[in-house]
Amino acid sequence: MNNFSYTQASTAKEATNIRKDAKDAAFIAGGTTLLDLMKADIEQHPQLVDINMLPFRGIELNDGSLRIGAMERMSDVGENALVLQQFPAVSEALLLSASPQLRNMASIGGNLMQRTRCGYFRDTAFPCNKRNPGSGCPAQQGDNRNLAILGGSQACIATNAGDLAVALAALDAVVLLENAKGKQRRVPLLEFHVLPGTTPQRETIIEADELIVAVLVPATAQARKSHYVKVRDRASYAFALVSAAVGLDVQGGQIRAARIALGGVGTKPWRAQEAEKLLVGKAATEENFRAAAAAAVRGAQPREHNRFKVEMVQKTIVRALQELMA
Amino acid sequence: MDTEPTFFETNGPGTGGVVGLPLDRVDGFAKVTGQAKYSAEYRLPGLTYGVLKTSAIAKGKILSIDTAAAAKEPGVLAVLTHLNMPKLAKTPNDAEGKKAIGAPMGFLPLTSDQIHYAGQPVALIVADTFERATHAASLVRVQYAEEKPIGSFLDPKAQVFDPEKVQDGKTPGHTRRGNPQDALAASAVQLTATYVHAINHHNPMEPGATTAVWEAPDRVTVYESTQGVTRTQKSVATMLGLPQEQVRVITKYLGGGFGCKGASWPHTILTVQAAKAVGRPVKLSLTRPQMFTSMGHREDQTQTLKLGATKEGKLTALIHEKTSTTSPWDNYAEPNSKIINLLYECPNFESSYQLGRANVMTSTFMRAPGEAPGSFAIECSMDDLAYQLGIDPLQIRLLNYAEKDPSNGKPWSSKSLKQCYARGAELFGWSKRNPKAGVTREGRYLVGMGMATASYPVHNSQGTARVRLYADGHAVVQTGATDLGTGTYTVMTQVAADALGIAPDKVRFELGDTKLPTAPNSGGSVAAGTVSSSIYMAAQDVWQKLTKLAIQDKKSPLFKAKATDVVVEKGRLVLKANKAKGEDFAALMKRAEITDMEGSGAGKYGSGYEAAQAAANADPTKKDEAGEHSMHSFGAHFCEVKVDAELGTVRVTRWVSIHGAGRILNAKTARSQIIGGSIFGIGSALMEETFRDPNLARYTNASLGEYHIPVNADIPEMTVEFIDEHDPYINAMGVKGIGEISMVGVAAAVANAVFHATGKRIRSLPITPDKVMNSLAV
Repeated sequence: MNNFSYTQASTAKEATNIRKDAKDAAFIAGGTTLLDLMKADIEQHPQLVDINMLPFRGIELNDGSLRIGAMERMSDVGENALVLQQFPAVSEALLLSASPQLRNMASIGGNLMQRTRCGYFRDTAFPCNKRNPGSGCPAQQGDNRNLAILGGSQACIATNAGDLAVALAALDAVVLLENAKGKQRRVPLLEFHVLPGTTPQRETIIEADELIVAVLVPATAQARKSHYVKVRDRASYAFALVSAAVGLDVQGGQIRAARIALGGVGTKPWRAQEAEKLLVGKAATEENFRAAAAAAVRGAQPREHNRFKVEMVQKTIVRALQELMA
Repeated sequence: MDTEPTFFETNGPGTGGVVGLPLDRVDGFAKVTGQAKYSAEYRLPGLTYGVLKTSAIAKGKILSIDTAAAAKEPGVLAVLTHLNMPKLAKTPNDAEGKKAIGAPMGFLPLTSDQIHYAGQPVALIVADTFERATHAASLVRVQYAEEKPIGSFLDPKAQVFDPEKVQDGKTPGHTRRGNPQDALAASAVQLTATYVHAINHHNPMEPGATTAVWEAPDRVTVYESTQGVTRTQKSVATMLGLPQEQVRVITKYLGGGFGCKGASWPHTILTVQAAKAVGRPVKLSLTRPQMFTSMGHREDQTQTLKLGATKEGKLTALIHEKTSTTSPWDNYAEPNSKIINLLYECPNFESSYQLGRANVMTSTFMRAPGEAPGSFAIECSMDDLAYQLGIDPLQIRLLNYAEKDPSNGKPWSSKSLKQCYARGAELFGWSKRNPKAGVTREGRYLVGMGMATASYPVHNSQGTARVRLYADGHAVVQTGATDLGTGTYTVMTQVAADALGIAPDKVRFELGDTKLPTAPNSGGSVAAGTVSSSIYMAAQDVWQKLTKLAIQDKKSPLFKAKATDVVVEKGRLVLKANKAKGEDFAALMKRAEITDMEGSGAGKYGSGYEAAQAAANADPTKKDEAGEHSMHSFGAHFCEVKVDAELGTVRVTRWVSIHGAGRILNAKTARSQIIGGSIFGIGSALMEETFRDPNLARYTNASLGEYHIPVNADIPEMTVEFIDEHDPYINAMGVKGIGEISMVGVAAAVANAVFHATGKRIRSLPITPDKVMNSLAV
């Protein structure tokens, strides 16, 4: 860990202006991932800009969308009555994440920025294209049990580790960003994270001088009827082997809208739109769920140790949809 | 028995009404209020901080180390490498040094430019704060000439060989009894199965930590996180070339160890040297990632077990082969075969070990070393035999019940296994189990019930203790034992109170210091039996002296009584024939104008108790068997699991463990220890696995986020009971010890329950959801 200076920002402008000029500086909110990364020497920041004072707060329904302030804590959002009732997948994804202690600290904005748990990324002695571009990816021939089967490249197969982002991906969430000029832009969550390609060091579209202000989730029928299922090696405090966030709008026995997003299998939060299309206009039967699940893994590229994910994620999709209809 | 005949007697061990009580931990308050000082918590004047820089490669050579940038950092006092580390009198890097050091220690880094494993220390940085030392470590630049490492015994380039002995020479590499090959070939039933065990790491809550302070140029005190202060003292003194007493080792509290603090490890002596180099006290605490490469692990291993039986289910032959990974300098393998050799009556047995050298830190003892993976193999194969023949799994074990030790033909000193089976089956509801596998369903879950046998030896051991009983009714009791956190402080306070006839809160029990009477390592389940017996014997010494005093004192009611007619009952010396006649020790001591009486005692444990001479003279591989009896604890675990039939997740939903382990010193701490061991075993059964990259020989999940141990949500309510067992052969207190047996057979009980649930046998630990899901798809 390196020495760093610490600045408390009282306005968004103050914070983003620092980063505009000092791109090595980092924003710190809950710090639950940043400090780990710095202690392990994976990231070195000469300056930390504390953004906890920023007024990016509130969990409310506005213009047909749930607006979650980026500084809200995971536990507060997960236990919020509005979220619980109208966006159950979001609540479930949050409360199945990490541990109560971490959820009490970690912010929503920070959660979307969390970095991969790939063991090669997390140990600086390993080559890693994400951490050290051009150094190689030993995970391709090594320990890839936890790594991605979708969206990988020759350069990187690191899994996006989040739960919340999976639920948000399913429910068409939008990320609201603000830059040093005070200009705001809205980016669909699905476009917020990017595929590794040949530049795995780049994980999101966020610019150096931009901050996440809020996350907006449309209040739809499929959000109200949504569900998140997470499969992991132990009952709590583990990242997903696979996970699925699903939402359905079913009327008169027919599916009018379907949403399926996957975790633990993609290099970014993975939306399975082909699978969704297969469900629209169909009955909510196990047979149809299975067909959709099969479509969701089309094109998967498993490695030696993560082959099981192809089947497990399909079963998880079916499970999530069945539980949703139960 | 070789103990000196006594001319007096108390009413015997454990008769004072205190031993066995579920007393709260005497050190509990100190621990929860932060007053209990662990080895990295001594704030000594002038204290400095050591940080290890470790190797980025697993094999090769250091070409150069640039320490200039680190040395220039503010607060940095020294950057020690193999080029400037003070020289030692002896290192374990040659055979002579290794032998002299005695304590298990294979290789000392920072002695040359050679790199043998990933995570090997290449520099030790000392600074005035931990943060400065850590930052300076990141500035040390090392150039390596990297060679392709060997990742494990499975690596095609690994040198695989048949060792003459394994485990520091304690276990022969090959053992045979009867004619197993022919017996197997002639058997009506023949089963062959291969079992795989992942790398496991101990991961105690408290990492390895050393605080070293040189009191004089030739005298050093070491606050060390170790399971044995004397063993550390001897190894450090030998390496330094100092007389043993010039090294003082102090370990007042331990945050767990599970075996990884049993040997001597490089960071300890390196910290002592660093303190010498900077002329100030140095504290070094291993980081969690460093814990994966600094204090050993349970090795990656494959076992093949061939089992022959009659069609009635009686065992005829067992042939066990184990292949595992060892380090470049060691021949370590857990002795898996020992438990397989004695658990069931079987006339023919053979075991052999193979080792493959790889570029890894050496493996070491980890809770139930050998018994844990060995029991996984035999107890799963016994289950296979039961299903194959349509016999109840519990019944097949009774059918092969060993009335004497089949490995050596000796009678057991005590064995309550039948009672364990019966009581466990009753509490668990074993009779309600459907004999068929894969047919019990509850909604989406497949439900399974499994059981397994546990056993652990009473190893030969000895120790000493000192008791000082004061006339005002309190006592100070001392021994150089260590408390892993399992309750040694508490149970030994009880033993002393019981033997002295005073209340537990009148006993001050001190441990963890080489200035105190020597005690063995707290390992191999020997501590409870050895230390309690030492204290009991020391108390007898006090009574012996007081009896002498009383019968010579004209004013004593016992004046001129024969010493052999006097007994001690709850602190009163009385006539055996007329217990109304006698007096309290306090009255006697006050009249004699003595403030206190001191006694010392030697506790012997296992074969050393029954046959001290024979044990002392025995070959290292035979020490435990020097007596007339074979000495072991036994137990049985019963497990219910629910398996998600689609996703493959396994949850343990019910658990019953029953043990017969001699005298239980504290019902509460003993129960906690069995629960802890069972959870430890459930961890190895379902989730614990360190993954070593096969190409780079480096761990990829060296953190508690990614190395999964059970969390509360994984563990159900657990039922634990002990069978009342009296064993006169093992030691004065009749204590067998329960630290290790608590996890023996646990993985098999879980695996057998998974088989019963699914009808699919998984022989590769841990049994993760992917393996279960794949098995169900077949």
